[in-house]
Amino acid sequence: MVAVVGNPNAGKSALFNALTGARQKVGNYPGVTVERHSGRLWLPDGRPVELVDLPGAYSLDPSSPDEAVTRDVVTGAQAGEALPDALIVVIDAANLDNHLRFTLQLIALGLPVVVALNMVDLATRDGLEIDPAILARALGVPVIPTIAVRKRGIDDLKEAVGRIVAGENIRVIAPGHGDPVDAFDMMLHQRRAREIAALAIVAEKPARQWTRRVDAVVLNPVAGPLILAALLFVMFQAVFSWSAAPVALIEGLQGWLSEGASALLPEGVVRSFFVDGVINGVGSVVVFLPQILILFLFILILEATGYMTRAAFLMDRLMARVGLSGSSFIPLLSSFACAIPGIMATRTIDDPKDRLTTILIAPLMTCSARLPVYAIIIAAFIPNDSVGPGIGLQGLVLFGLYVAGIAGALLAALVLRRTVAKGAAGSFMMEMPKYQLPTLRDIAIGLWIRAWIFLKRAGTIIFFTTIILWALLSFPQKPAEVPGTQSEYSVAGTISEGLHVIVAPIGFSQDIALALIPAMAAREVAVSALATTYAIDQSDEALVEQSLGERLQSRWSLPTALAFLAWFVFAPQCLSTIAVTRRETNGWRWPMFMLGYLFALAYLAAGATYWTATALGL
Amino acid sequence: MRLHELPMNRPATIAAIAWGDLRETDARRLRELGFDEGVSVEKLHQAPLGRDPLAVRVGRMTVAIRRAHAAAVSVEVAA
Repeated sequence: MVAVVGNPNAGKSALFNALTGARQKVGNYPGVTVERHSGRLWLPDGRPVELVDLPGAYSLDPSSPDEAVTRDVVTGAQAGEALPDALIVVIDAANLDNHLRFTLQLIALGLPVVVALNMVDLATRDGLEIDPAILARALGVPVIPTIAVRKRGIDDLKEAVGRIVAGENIRVIAPGHGDPVDAFDMMLHQRRAREIAALAIVAEKPARQWTRRVDAVVLNPVAGPLILAALLFVMFQAVFSWSAAPVALIEGLQGWLSEGASALLPEGVVRSFFVDGVINGVGSVVVFLPQILILFLFILILEATGYMTRAAFLMDRLMARVGLSGSSFIPLLSSFACAIPGIMATRTIDDPKDRLTTILIAPLMTCSARLPVYAIIIAAFIPNDSVGPGIGLQGLVLFGLYVAGIAGALLAALVLRRTVAKGAAGSFMMEMPKYQLPTLRDIAIGLWIRAWIFLKRAGTIIFFTTIILWALLSFPQKPAEVPGTQSEYSVAGTISEGLHVIVAPIGFSQDIALALIPAMAAREVAVSALATTYAIDQSDEALVEQSLGERLQSRWSLPTALAFLAWFVFAPQCLSTIAVTRRETNGWRWPMFMLGYLFALAYLAAGATYWTATALGL
Repeated sequence: MRLHELPMNRPATIAAIAWGDLRETDARRLRELGFDEGVSVEKLHQAPLGRDPLAVRVGRMTVAIRRAHAAAVSVEVAA
C-alpha cells in the first residue's frame, strides 16, 4: 500500500484522482469516521498497487482528529491499516517553505518517499522558478514536478513510485546530513525547510496575483457579505428550480414501473408488496436525488475553488457571537445537504468544545432528507399564492422552515456553549488557499460518490424499513365485518396507538404516530410511510388515483400539517446521524443528549405551532 | 508594533512572538501556519464586523487569524 500525504490544499485529492481514475472506494477508518479513499494505481510495469488518500495535515503533531489519522497511518499505529510501503508526499510548489517542513518530518520517518512537486503552473503564475534537481538533492529523495488537475507529470510519478516500491534505493544522500533526525522536532524542520526553499527557488519575480485581486472584491467589507448572501440565495434557489425536470423524469419512471407491475401481477398481497411497498416506498425517496446532487454540486465547487474558507472568514465574527468560530461554518453549510458529511467535516475544528457544539447543532440545519417531507406537506396545505413579485407563499414557508432551523441552531449553540460545552472562547486560524478553477473530473467524482452513498441508503435502510412497515401494516388482515381501517387493525396500528397518546396533545393523528416510527431510521421515510399506510387503506377503486397530497388534504387539518412541519425542523429522526455522532464523540453520552434535547425542542415547537394555529382558527 | 496594529498592505517582519501568551494548541497552529521570527508579514484584509478576523500574508501564504491572536505577534515595519 502506498499513501498520499501532504499539507491541506497541496492538491492531494486531485493527484489521487489522476493516479487512480474512477476506480475508487470510499470507506471509513476503523473506529473513526474520517473517510478512507482508496483506489488502484497501475504501475508502468503492469503491477497494481493500492493507493490511499490521507487527510491533509500540517505536521506529525496533530491538533485536530483528522490529522491524528494521518500521523497514525504513516507511523503504523492506525488499527486496521498496515504501515505503508511508500509515501507520495504532495507539496504545493508555490508554498515551499511551509510544505517542506512536513515533508522533512515524513522523510525522517524512514519510509521510502517520492515527492510530487505539485501545482508548478500556479507557482510559475506567481513568478516563482523552482529547480526540482536542487530540491531532490537537498531532500535526498526523488522530486517529480506535477500539475495534478491537468494530469501532467503523472507518468513520471508512477514510474518513480514503481522504482521505490520495487525496493530500489534511490535516496541521493541521507537526509539531515547523515545525522539521525527526530521526526517530531518541529522547529528544526521549520528552519531547514526555509533554508531548502531558499536554495530551490532559483528566481522570483513579481507577478500578477490573481488571488489577491479576487480577494480584494470577495473580502471587501461591503461587497463581500453581499456576494456571500447572493451565492447562498442562488444555491438554494437552484436546488428547487433546476431539479424540476429530472424529478419529473424519475416520477414518470416510477409511475411506469408501478403500472407495469400492477398489470403483470394479480391483485393481492404480492402486488401490494411490490407496488405499495417497494416501488412507491423507495421511489418517493429516490425522487429527491436531483436536489441532493445540486446542493452537493455547489458545495463541492465552493470547496474546490477555495471560496469556502473566505466564507468562513466572513462568518467568523457572527459565529463568535454564539461561541463558535468560522471553522464551524463549513461543516454547518455541508449539513444543509446532509448532517453526516457535516459532522464528519467537524474533524477539522481544533477546539474540542467548538467541535462538540457544532456536532450537536448540525442536525438542525435543514438537510436534504427533510425536503421530501416539507415538499409534500407544503404542496398539499399551503396555497400556491403570490405574496410579491417573484415570491410565492409556498417558497416563503419553505424559507421560513430553513430560517427556523438556523435560528434554533444558533440559539442551541449559545446555550450549549454556556452549559454542557462550556470553555474558553475558541480560536480561528485557517489557511486561505489560492483560488483555483475546479476540474470537471474531480467534481464529477465527488458527485458520483455522494449519489452512490444516497442510492445505497435508499436501497438498504429505506428499502428495508419500508418493507417491514408494509408487513406490519398489512398483517393481520382485517376481516371485512370489522369496522375501521386496515392500518388501525394491523400490528403497526397497535404499536402506534401507544405512541399516539403522547403525540395527540400536539395535534398528531394515529397515522402520523405510525409514520414517525419507521421515520426514526431516516426522515424521508415519513413520506413513504404515509404513502404506504394510505395506499393500503385505499380500498375504493375511485380513490386509488388520488395522489398522496390529496389524501393528506382530506385527512389532516391545517394546524396538524403545520405542527408536523415544525416537528421535522427539530426532530433528530435519522439513525445514521446518531451513529456518526456516537463514533465522533466516542460513546453514547452525546448522541443520547442530542436525541433528548432535539426531541424536546421538536415536541415544544410542534405543540406551540398546533396550539397557536388552532387558537387562530386556521 | 503588534500585528493587529499594523497598517493595511504595509510589509513587515516578525520580530518576536509571545508564545507564552497563547494557548498551547493555538501556539502550535500558529507555528504550523508559518509564523516564526524573521518571516515577512502583511495585513491584507479585515472582516466587516469589528474588523475581526484579519487576513494576513505570512511568507507566501495567506492566513486568517483573529485580532486576539495577532496581538501576540510583534512586528517591525521594513525601513
